[in-house]
Amino acid sequence: MDRKILLENIDIPGIQSFETFRSCGGYLAVEKALKTMAPDEITEEVKKSGLKGRGGAGFPAGMKWSFIDKKVDKPRYLICNADESEPGTFKDRYLMEKIPHLLIEGMICACYALGANTGYIYVRGEYKYIIGILNKAVREAYEAGFLGENILGTKFKLDIVVHSGAGAYICGEETALIESLEGKRGNPRIKPPFPALVGLYGSPTVVNNVETLANIGYIVNNGGEKYTQIGLGRSTGTKLISACGNINKPGVYEIELGVSVRDFIYSDQYCGGIKNNKELKAVIAGGSSVPILPKDLILKTASGEDRLMTYESLSDGGFVSGTMLGSGGFIVYDEDACIVRNTWNLTRFYHHESCGQCSPCREGTGWMENVLHRLENGEGRSKDIDLLVSIAAKIEGKTICPLGDASAWPVASAIRHFRHEFEFHVQHPEIVKNVNHGSLAKYVG
Amino acid sequence: MLGKRINHSLHQKQNIVVCFSGPTLEKVLKIISRYPEGKQKSAIIPVLHIAQEEFGGYLNVDTMDYVAGLLGIEPIEVYEVATFYSQYYLDPVGKYVIETCRTGPCAICGGEAIQSYLEKKLGIKTGESTPDGLFTLKTVECLGACGYAPVMQINTEFYEFLTPQKIDKIINTLTKKSEEEKAENSKWTEKFF
Repeated sequence: MDRKILLENIDIPGIQSFETFRSCGGYLAVEKALKTMAPDEITEEVKKSGLKGRGGAGFPAGMKWSFIDKKVDKPRYLICNADESEPGTFKDRYLMEKIPHLLIEGMICACYALGANTGYIYVRGEYKYIIGILNKAVREAYEAGFLGENILGTKFKLDIVVHSGAGAYICGEETALIESLEGKRGNPRIKPPFPALVGLYGSPTVVNNVETLANIGYIVNNGGEKYTQIGLGRSTGTKLISACGNINKPGVYEIELGVSVRDFIYSDQYCGGIKNNKELKAVIAGGSSVPILPKDLILKTASGEDRLMTYESLSDGGFVSGTMLGSGGFIVYDEDACIVRNTWNLTRFYHHESCGQCSPCREGTGWMENVLHRLENGEGRSKDIDLLVSIAAKIEGKTICPLGDASAWPVASAIRHFRHEFEFHVQHPEIVKNVNHGSLAKYVG
Repeated sequence: MLGKRINHSLHQKQNIVVCFSGPTLEKVLKIISRYPEGKQKSAIIPVLHIAQEEFGGYLNVDTMDYVAGLLGIEPIEVYEVATFYSQYYLDPVGKYVIETCRTGPCAICGGEAIQSYLEKKLGIKTGESTPDGLFTLKTVECLGACGYAPVMQINTEFYEFLTPQKIDKIINTLTKKSEEEKAENSKWTEKFF
């Protein structure tokens, strides 16, 4: 199980440039699409492929495309979401840095399928040098006649604009991203209407993640059917996993969906095991928003089967004993990790990144941060743990966008699986206050 | 993001004349032209990035009002954006803005110790600038480089797998670079004045 789609050619010197990329079979998908396929045929192939959105939510990409309203007489837009900000996730940065033309090739095919004549790449502002790389790649594509008017002698025209953000996690949410691209604060919109009907500038719009779009070239070249032969069951294709935390080999790995979690963590091909020969304690498998799982539940499901790196296996057991594949931000914690401190840290992140539009999220994330902070500092009260559970429940599902859920899940899951650690913080303030948190785990037992 | 509400100096309009230089203005107009007719407001984020870099490393009211004029929008629309995004500074900053990542994955790989070391090394607290105006020390949320933790960015550069020794080297290099630039400048004045 180690077939690759995206990073197959990553080690070829100069693959960043148009010429080398082209000589390795790049842009053949554009030729095939524009010259031999009708737009809706491409959408059909993408539907057939079972490709799920790679940004985190996992919504089927082909279905998203088919929602676009092609009857209204308005321009249509494709936006590539490159606002990668989910803690633990750095795969899109890697893809755009190493092989930017793969994204552009995918975008051209996608725009053709959607009938869009403008595509935007919304890159998070912190990725300054990536903006440079993308602008260069776009220029090269224009020069080679793959962008602009009459692409490859057809009537299809396409402009791609690289747009930068300015530091806001929330702009990774598609409607906030659209607001931001319109030059406003990144406040998410109420859905419906969905962007496929009313999106950028009030026009039908599709927002896809970088990795999703990078897969389109393969699907156009080989057909959706061929794509389904890679991966396992309904988790078709490959997934970029960005592995970090207390492991020997942090980095970005393209895995064929279906690899076991145990192999992913311990095999030398991937994470290479836990750093300094320590024990695995917990994993956040899909970016900081998804539930944290302790060692026994991340390696095996509650029913005792090996946990696999697929959408279905990781979510086996729901939130009681499972998690999500999410964005593929794989954060590994060793035996020394203090779960309370980590939960406080992530909650501070969500509080900082809340746009402030909905009260449950704006206020709730702050309250959770405060309560966790006092627990972490040995000033916790006996009712604090239940209070946290209660606040999390009052945020979840009660906000316009999923940032509320994303802030509630880490807290709820940390307490669900590591309640004894929270209780220890309440019961032993003198130890919590005086012991370095790197060694607190020893006391908790 | 929410914390920025109270830390700005929006009331301090100084009525300074702000204007991009010829080539920069050309670039700005080109960026604005990338967006559809009537949607020039879309260019606000990139234009504010340029404005911040051109006019002293932060956005004061005069700069923001100028950008509003360029885009044909109300000043309040620029303030709204400038106060929302964390990459815009509303107060003066040093020549080098050091932003260390404080989020989970960096924190468990020694990010907190790196921040304390930087505070000690520069003799300032997070949020402050060195008296010579060279360094401002800040923290940021996840920079999307978790596999190379702990990380920080200084202006446009990412620095990865940080250790105290690496920090020493980076700070010393930047200090030296700045002194050399100063020395060159003083030679220039000696020569021509």
